[in-house]
Amino acid sequence: MKDLHVKFLALALLLFAFSLMFYKANTLGLPLFPSEEVEVWSVEARVAFQPKEGPVKIRFALPNQPEGFVIADENYVSGKYGLAFETADDNKIAEWAVRRASGEQVLYYQLHLARDDNQISSLKPNITSQHGQDVYFPDVPGYSEATATIVEALLSEVRQKSADIKTFTRELLLRFNADEPDENVQVLLSNIKTDKARVDMLRAVLAGARIPSRIAHVLLLRDGLRHGKLEPWLQVHDGGQWLSFDPGNGVSKLPENVLIWKVGDQPLLEMRGGKQAELDFSISRHTQEPIYLAEQRARKLDSHVMEFSLYSLPIETQNVYRILLMVPLGAFLIVLLRNIIGIKTFGTFMPILIALAFRETELIWGIVLFSLIVALGLAIRFYLEYLQLLLVPRLAAVLIIVIILMTMMTIFSHKLGFSHGLSIALFPMVILAMTIERMSLIWEEKGPSEAITQGVGSLFVAAIGFLVMSNDLLNHMIFVFPELLLVFLALTLLLGRYTGYRLTELWRFRETLR
Amino acid sequence: MTTNKQDIGSILQKQKAKWLKIAMDFDAKLPWRRLEKLGILGMNKRNGDFIAKYNSRSKYPLVDDKVQTKRLAEQAGLAVPKLYGIVKIEKDIPPLVKQLEDYGDFVIKPAHGSGGEGILVITGTSQHGFRKSSGQILSQDGLVHHISNILSGMYSLGGLPDVALVEQRVRFDPVFADISYQGVPDIRTIVLKGVPVMSMLRLPTHESDGKANLHQGAIGVGIDLKTGKTLGGVMHEQFITQHPDTGFSITDVQIPNWDLILDLTAQCYDLVGLGYIGVDIILDQHHGPLMLEMNARPGLSIQIANQCGLLTRLNQIETMTELPKDVAQRIALAKTLQGETSYSLNG
Repeated sequence: MKDLHVKFLALALLLFAFSLMFYKANTLGLPLFPSEEVEVWSVEARVAFQPKEGPVKIRFALPNQPEGFVIADENYVSGKYGLAFETADDNKIAEWAVRRASGEQVLYYQLHLARDDNQISSLKPNITSQHGQDVYFPDVPGYSEATATIVEALLSEVRQKSADIKTFTRELLLRFNADEPDENVQVLLSNIKTDKARVDMLRAVLAGARIPSRIAHVLLLRDGLRHGKLEPWLQVHDGGQWLSFDPGNGVSKLPENVLIWKVGDQPLLEMRGGKQAELDFSISRHTQEPIYLAEQRARKLDSHVMEFSLYSLPIETQNVYRILLMVPLGAFLIVLLRNIIGIKTFGTFMPILIALAFRETELIWGIVLFSLIVALGLAIRFYLEYLQLLLVPRLAAVLIIVIILMTMMTIFSHKLGFSHGLSIALFPMVILAMTIERMSLIWEEKGPSEAITQGVGSLFVAAIGFLVMSNDLLNHMIFVFPELLLVFLALTLLLGRYTGYRLTELWRFRETLR
Repeated sequence: MTTNKQDIGSILQKQKAKWLKIAMDFDAKLPWRRLEKLGILGMNKRNGDFIAKYNSRSKYPLVDDKVQTKRLAEQAGLAVPKLYGIVKIEKDIPPLVKQLEDYGDFVIKPAHGSGGEGILVITGTSQHGFRKSSGQILSQDGLVHHISNILSGMYSLGGLPDVALVEQRVRFDPVFADISYQGVPDIRTIVLKGVPVMSMLRLPTHESDGKANLHQGAIGVGIDLKTGKTLGGVMHEQFITQHPDTGFSITDVQIPNWDLILDLTAQCYDLVGLGYIGVDIILDQHHGPLMLEMNARPGLSIQIANQCGLLTRLNQIETMTELPKDVAQRIALAKTLQGETSYSLNG
């Protein structure tokens, strides 16, 4: 009955912890491993112009939740200009305005982007369901008579070799991009000079088949690029979502380094009260801690999870919790080592406190210094026993002696040039004093072998505890996903109802197995 | 075709059975499976399924505090060593020590001691002080220091201040004279819900410094519950048939007053109401079996001494829906418990 209860409780805890962890890792993109760094693209759009007399107003179309990316940060360097936003189509439009300006004006827009391959699954459905409904099915345009025949011929040819809108568009693009285009295409392309006109022509042909299409302006992300320009791409709607096509080839999968800046026909940059507008883009790439991005993403998703993350604490407090959160892991380890393995230690959690002290001294030195102090303390403790002191004064005497020993050791090791001896001061001396007292009691009552067994057991557990608690991966995981503590709680609860044998009992009862 | 298929089917089935058998044989050879089969009770199971289940925490003080145990036993008329006095504060020590010189022999123990720690047995007085059971002389100062250590909590759990008991020294029955070295042998019995399930005789050795503690090198000797005869012994988890110090055989020794001993252990359950206890009994030359102390967390070594798992016997009692109220009936039940030891009684 109690077993079942514990199992359900543990299951509930595990489910909660793992689903929260999955959400944080998968949706918010929190890193599972410590070394992971995320590639961040920084794009800077520079708008320069000469103002005329009177008020200036600039409307600049900006990316809005671009496919395949998450916007980590945006900055507007706009001086005295007033800034307002509106959303139109799938774009965001920034509107800069000023009453009067003179001399060359420069406005900057900085955008920091990270690749986000999950976004397609988590965000896009919302967008398509919003905008998918008002996809406009174009009427067949009024081609001139000659063009109409060409388009019709082209369309029927393409239609035969395609199965759906995606393949249809690809077939069409293949024909437009062939090394030696057939006559029909040659005629259609005869007056086409710019890339944009080419896309417009493609759209006109697609409209003949009543396929919804739109123009998209994309930015090719390349590290160190200066004076970059937007390129016109083609997007068609397949009934579910917008598919992007590079008009220069027929590939429909959006490459990783292509940022869709703006979709639709409205102009990229509109200006009133200015002239000689220049727009160019510069791009750079760097890496960043993923935690930061996750916070941005959580904000975008209206998720409050990250607001309660440990990263919202001041750094100093964070550092304290980095150590503190490892203590449950140590406690769990003690449960394993004592109840499943059956190692004997002084006290229950004393080895964990020793392990925490090892953090400062490092393992080998920690063990050496600890053994040294305990051994010296033990010798002095036996002398005190001879003096027949009362318990509390004796404990106090041991404590004082421990501190004297620590001081002496630090001074000697400093004189000898060992830097490791200096960190000894961080040993919890009360723990040391208690260890000495306890060990001497066990030594007298249960014999030296039992005392040494327990002493070595404690050191062994402390050493394992130190290795576990100083593991970078575990440190990182616990700190980023503190809900893992619930996992340890659940496992501890389950172990609390473990009534099987301990490993050392197999040895203890070996005589009965003969 | 069909015959072929049947052949293949039967071959497959035979193969499956063969592998299953190999797997099961392997499984049965695993040490924990074998321990399970022997019914050996492990520490985790003892703590989780017996102590946590049958021993209510509120009743622990009745057995952890030897003063309370003694008072309860005296009220109920159970045979216990006589209490000479209790020391609660330092100031009371010197007058007590004076008084103790008159008694000649006595035992001093902490009320909250465990595992026989802090127990001082004085067998007589001399000009220079008190004679310990080992024959060494302890000065008056030494005795005062020992009592003061007890009071300051040196031997109590968690180092809490304690009380010292002074009680009658048991002159142990000469039946064990040949097979114990110094110290006092005692009989530990595990009692589940008032039914004794397993007993062992603990014999002090030179190595254990006269203490009847198996960890320190005392001998654990299994006892046949039905007859009260010793089976065979274990020292440091090794089989022995002779006492290492005296050389006398420790097997097939008849323990006198065996039924009385079982009776005493069974009554202890009614006394404290703890379902799973270890009762320590000592045999006095003149007063017969005396209940020394009880333990709410009795150790597991008794299984090695008896070469028999506790679990088999415990389960028999657990599956019974109703246990007899009468002590005599409970003892009769104890004698019918299955679960043979693996000692061969003749060898």
